[in-house]
Amino acid sequence: MTRDDGADAGRDDASRSDLADAFADGDALVSYVAAGDPSAAATKEYAEALVAGGTDVLELGLPFSEPVAEGPTIQRALQRALDAGMTPDAYLDLVRDLDVDVPVVCMTYYNLILRYGSSEGRDASEPGPEAFVEAAADAGVSGFVVPDLPVNESERMAAACREHGVDLVFIVAPTTTDERLERMLDRTTGFVYVQGRVGTTGARDDVSAAAHGSLDRLAEANVPKAVGFGISAGEHAREVVAGGADGVIVGSAYVDEIADGVENDEPTADVAARLESLARELKTGAERGASADGEGGTTADHDSPEPQRK
Amino acid sequence: MSEDPVRSGKFGDYGGQYVPEVLMPAVEELADAYERYVLENEDGFVDEFRRHLREFGGRPTPLSHAANLSERYGTEVYLKREDLLHGGAHKLNNALGQVLLAKYMGKERVVAETGAGQHGTATAMACAYLDMPCEIYMGRTDVNRQRPNVFRMRIHDAEVNPVDAGSGTLKEAINETMRDWATNVEDTHYVVGSVVGPHPFPAMVRDFQSVISEELREQSREQLGQLPEAVIACAGGGSNTMGAFSAFIGSAELFGAPTGAHEPAPDVDLLAVEAGGAELGVDADEGYAPNSASLTTGSEGVLHGARTKLLQTDEGQIVESHSVSAGLDYAGVGPELAHLVDEGRVTPVSVGDDAALEAFHCLSREEGIIPALESSHAIAYLEEYEGEGPVVVNVSGRGDKDLDTVIEESAERDLDVAPSMEVFEQ
Repeated sequence: MTRDDGADAGRDDASRSDLADAFADGDALVSYVAAGDPSAAATKEYAEALVAGGTDVLELGLPFSEPVAEGPTIQRALQRALDAGMTPDAYLDLVRDLDVDVPVVCMTYYNLILRYGSSEGRDASEPGPEAFVEAAADAGVSGFVVPDLPVNESERMAAACREHGVDLVFIVAPTTTDERLERMLDRTTGFVYVQGRVGTTGARDDVSAAAHGSLDRLAEANVPKAVGFGISAGEHAREVVAGGADGVIVGSAYVDEIADGVENDEPTADVAARLESLARELKTGAERGASADGEGGTTADHDSPEPQRK
Repeated sequence: MSEDPVRSGKFGDYGGQYVPEVLMPAVEELADAYERYVLENEDGFVDEFRRHLREFGGRPTPLSHAANLSERYGTEVYLKREDLLHGGAHKLNNALGQVLLAKYMGKERVVAETGAGQHGTATAMACAYLDMPCEIYMGRTDVNRQRPNVFRMRIHDAEVNPVDAGSGTLKEAINETMRDWATNVEDTHYVVGSVVGPHPFPAMVRDFQSVISEELREQSREQLGQLPEAVIACAGGGSNTMGAFSAFIGSAELFGAPTGAHEPAPDVDLLAVEAGGAELGVDADEGYAPNSASLTTGSEGVLHGARTKLLQTDEGQIVESHSVSAGLDYAGVGPELAHLVDEGRVTPVSVGDDAALEAFHCLSREEGIIPALESSHAIAYLEEYEGEGPVVVNVSGRGDKDLDTVIEESAERDLDVAPSMEVFEQ
């Protein structure tokens, strides 16, 4: 996968985005929670705790009723958020209200983006992504991940993102063909989201070989690479970053903590404290992976004890 | 149509391929297999498909003159008898085609969603016949209201996985089947049950179902000496609808069809009867539509891989739909059908739960045919049909699976036309 360096020049200089900057150290932690799970106020507190724990990019899920790319953990989180009344407008209010100094990525499904401009009180004559991209950019969103918008349907969304200076992040799956990878790299900005395994989102006990395979294929690509799907512990983060990633994306492991909090009716501050400590473990793992860079990926660290999760 | 939908999968603005990247290679591989095997008959695929339709499916299905209904409505009424297809519904046409295609593609396993259980049953039958392992996802509510079909699937050795999410109907079953496919994409084919989903499903399912209108056209010529004035079919996702309409539109031409069987016939009115449920409209506050009439009342959006008309809230959350008929109970509709409605080629109409139940009893007592509750919607529209005829109604399936529902719902409504069941009382 060779790329024309000349074509990339523009991306590396002054015009580099907030998101790309967040990956500059090569050990970025991208933390996902569902906005509004279990309330907008709680999400604000959780987001701030995650950033205090070392999160470099905050990924906030805007809940859609049919989240086909998600496993059961995040499906339930999105449902809790919907039940609590989260809407696209409330989401944007939440983003405006966040007291964090890291870029925010909006992860959602295309229908919500498409419908926003023609919904009540707005007057787009036909559905289209422009109105939401503009509103999100105004609220402070730096990028989008839209799992049901593959590169071949993304032209209009990509144009809207370009216009408003927002990054559009594409997901590279283990099944992605070379031809599709080429098209994606042409259009992706900010970072590429490397889907660590086939299937849906969810915490797993190991890092899949597919993640390493995708990183190898992307080794030459001049854009930051973050691995998600299945990462739940510091050791995973270390292994993935040592294997060539510039960052890790973690979602379900946090959402499990939030779900526990909801189930046991815990104070928000207690859940936030656990999220902060989990983020710190993951960030530390990523940093260790980055400092081990060049010494090989899956080293003999397997003897050392698994980092404790609370 | 501005682009060739066979290649682009676009029907005007509708259609497309809105699926997670992990599925895109499978979707592209399928599009390639569709072009080679289905459109070009590579390795004799379509010949084998047609042979199975005859020898296993029992095609052609008859076009029956409904003498008593004709008299009742003062217009000549004919019934296309997909209820007589093996398994009791048109669903087998598509299930046979896709399971056979999965074999040609070297897939080792199929998954499918089902609403009323007709598609699940057809897939289970086709898999037993063609020796393919299969797993069916079915919403919990549908499992409970369509028990006979769950028994049938299990008896054919299919795994049945109930889905508890949401209202436990077709929409949730599709979500879960997509997740299974995303997890097992390398050796698994997803047998989509209607003309919905990402390209090539809408075009491919239409082509497999187009045998309905291909036969209907020939039979009309032979038995009526003319084409019908109108064809009436119920529309949920729209597979029997597109099957009954496509030869008249000329949007499909399955290999081996008689000459002229798919010539566009613009004079034939095409009426898609949606489930009007309890009433039309969407209650956005409750996230609920008391109907499944996405063509009549829906708005444009993206769901389950395609851009189409949907029942959704103002901000784009998909709402729970409703119909007394599980097979029509879906918040979306096939993208080609949405396009044909916009173009004015297909006329969407709707029939509510009550009228569908009455039509169920009417056909059962007047013609000796127990129709599926889905098909009952198409029959019910005869009450409002004002043309001179002859008119053909597609009886997409038989109603044995619906007896419990019909008895219960008829009693609740105190329907005059419903027979008394006091035989069970002491």
